[in-house]
Amino acid sequence: MQASQTASASPAARPVREEEPEAASAAPAANALRPRTALSLAPEPRLSAAPERGAAPAVVEFRHVSKLYAPGDVGLERATFAIGRGEMVFLVGPTGSGKSTIMRLLIKELEPSEGAILLAGRRLSEIERKKIALYRRNIGVVFQDFKLLPTRTVYDNVAYALQVTGASRRQIRDRLPEILRLTWLSTKLHNYPHQLSGGEQQRVAVARAFASHPPLLLADEPTGNLDPETSIGIMQLLYRINRAGTTVIVASHDKEMVDRMRRRVIELKRGRIVRDESAGRYGAREEDTDELGERLRRETA
Amino acid sequence: MRPGFFLKEALRSMRHSALPSVAAFASVLVTTLVLGVFIPVVEATNGAANDVRGRVLVDVDVASGAGPAEVARVRAELERAPHVGKIEFVSKQRGYEQQRRINPEAFQMIGYNPLPDIFRVTPDRPEHSAALRAELDQSSPLGVRVVTDPAIAAVRNRQAQTDRILSATRVIKITMALLAGLLVFASVLLVSNTIRLSLFSRRREVEVMKLVGATDWFIRWPFVLEGLFLGALGGAGAVGLLALAKVTLVDPLANAVKLVSQPDMIAFPLLVAVLMACAIGVSAAGSGISLRRFLRV
Repeated sequence: MQASQTASASPAARPVREEEPEAASAAPAANALRPRTALSLAPEPRLSAAPERGAAPAVVEFRHVSKLYAPGDVGLERATFAIGRGEMVFLVGPTGSGKSTIMRLLIKELEPSEGAILLAGRRLSEIERKKIALYRRNIGVVFQDFKLLPTRTVYDNVAYALQVTGASRRQIRDRLPEILRLTWLSTKLHNYPHQLSGGEQQRVAVARAFASHPPLLLADEPTGNLDPETSIGIMQLLYRINRAGTTVIVASHDKEMVDRMRRRVIELKRGRIVRDESAGRYGAREEDTDELGERLRRETA
Repeated sequence: MRPGFFLKEALRSMRHSALPSVAAFASVLVTTLVLGVFIPVVEATNGAANDVRGRVLVDVDVASGAGPAEVARVRAELERAPHVGKIEFVSKQRGYEQQRRINPEAFQMIGYNPLPDIFRVTPDRPEHSAALRAELDQSSPLGVRVVTDPAIAAVRNRQAQTDRILSATRVIKITMALLAGLLVFASVLLVSNTIRLSLFSRRREVEVMKLVGATDWFIRWPFVLEGLFLGALGGAGAVGLLALAKVTLVDPLANAVKLVSQPDMIAFPLLVAVLMACAIGVSAAGSGISLRRFLRV
C-alpha cells in the first residue's frame, strides 16, 4: 500500500507517509484542501537536508495564504497545504492559476498579502531583507528559461552557487565533479550556455540548484521549453534528487506528464487549490530512476 | 571577504562585456579630457579678468605748488581713507620720464614738465573705485566738486574705462561659471548614463545571482572594482593626452604668450591628481550606486 514515497526517505518523513493510505482511500474531493494535521509544527531554526529523528515540521507550510497583485488581481487565494520532508509534489494548473506565485512566495521574491508561510517551522515574514540571500541558499530553484549566467562556462555556472556560500576553491573542486556527473554534464564542462541544447542547459540549471545540496528544490515549469524526450530526462533527474532526500516541488501545466509521475499533485485554478491528492492510490512498488525513465518513455509513446 | 575572487570576477565581466566596457572607458576619457582642458582655461580666463580688474586705478593729482610736507599729509590722508588698497607715489620727474619714453616727440615739443605729482591709488576692490573717488572728491551742495584737501588738485578714476573693464570682466566670469556648470552637468549625465546602460545589459545576470543566494555586496564588489578600473584607465588615458598636449603645444607657447603661464594657474600635477580622483571616484561610486536599482529583487 505504501507506495509513493522514496526508498531513501528518512524515518523523519514517516508521519507524512503513514497518513497517506488513509488519504488515498478518501474521496479526492474530500481530500482537497485538507490540512496535513499529522505534521508537527514545532519551529526549527535552521533547514537541514539531513533528516532528524523526533519532531518533523513540514518543510513547507502555507496557512491561508493570499496574494493580491492589485485590487481584483488575485494571484493566490487562501491557499493552505503542507509538504513534508522528502516529498515530491507537483503543482498543476493553467497559466495564471497561481503556481508561479507559490514559487515566488517561497523564494521571498513576493510577500503574501495575507496568511503565513512557514519553512521548516519558521515564518518567512520574520526573515529580514538582509537575510534573504542567506535564506535562499537553502532553496535550489530551476526555471523554465534556465536563467544561466551567459558569460560563464557550465563549470563556472554551477560553481557560482557554491562561491556565493563562501566555499573555497578546493571545496568546489572536490564537490563539482560529482554533481556534474549526476547531471550527465561531465563532457560539457567548458562549454558556454549558448553552445548547449535546451535540455543540457536545463540540466546545468538543475546542477546549479542542487550544487549546495539544499533541503528544498523548486522547479517552475522545468520542462516547459523542452521536447518530451528531453523532459523525461529532466524529470528523471529531479526524481533522483528527490530520492536522495531533498524535498522537490515542481510546477507544471503538463498534466499528463504529472499524472505519469505518480506523485502528490496540488491542482490550482485561478489562485485556488482545487485538488490536493496524494499518489498512494497507484500502489506500485517504488521505482528507481531508470525504471521511471523507461516507464515514462513507454507511456509517452 | 575575498579580494582575489572579486578581482577575477571584475576582470571576467570586463572581458565578456567588452562593448559596454569600451563605452564606459571612452565616456570617462572624453569627460576627463574636456574637464582637463576646461579647468586651466577657466583658471586662465579668471586670472586674466582679475588682472585686468587690478588695473582699475584712482589718480590723485597733487597741487602744483605743494611741498614735501603737503605730499606726506596727502599720503597720510589716503592711508586713512576707506577702500584704499595700494598707494603708489609717482613723482613729477618719474612721470615725466615714463611719458617721454612712450611719446618722445610730444614732450620735445612741450619742452617742459607739465605733469603733477600723482598718487596712483588701487582700490581694495575694483568695484569700489567710484566710492573711493567720491570719498576724496566730495560734491558740495551747489553741485561743485570740492577736493577734501587743498593740496589735492584733482581726483580722476577714468570712469569710462573702469566701467568697461568691470562689465566686460563680469560677463566673462559669469559666462565661464555657466559653462563650467553646464560641463559638469553634461559629464555627470554622460557617465551615469553609460554606467546605467552597461548595468542594464546585465540586470538579468544580477537577478540570477540574487536567486542563487548571493548577498548584495557579493554582487556589488566586482561592479565597483570594474568601475574603478575603467575610471582609472579612462582617467589615465585623458591625463596622457593632456600631458602630450602640454609638452607639444602649451609649453613652447608659454614663453611667447603671457596668458598661458598665468602665475595663479593650476599646477599640472595637482590637475592630474584632481582629474584622476574624479574619474576613479565617479566611476566606482557610480557603478556601485546605480546597481542598487537592480539589487531590489
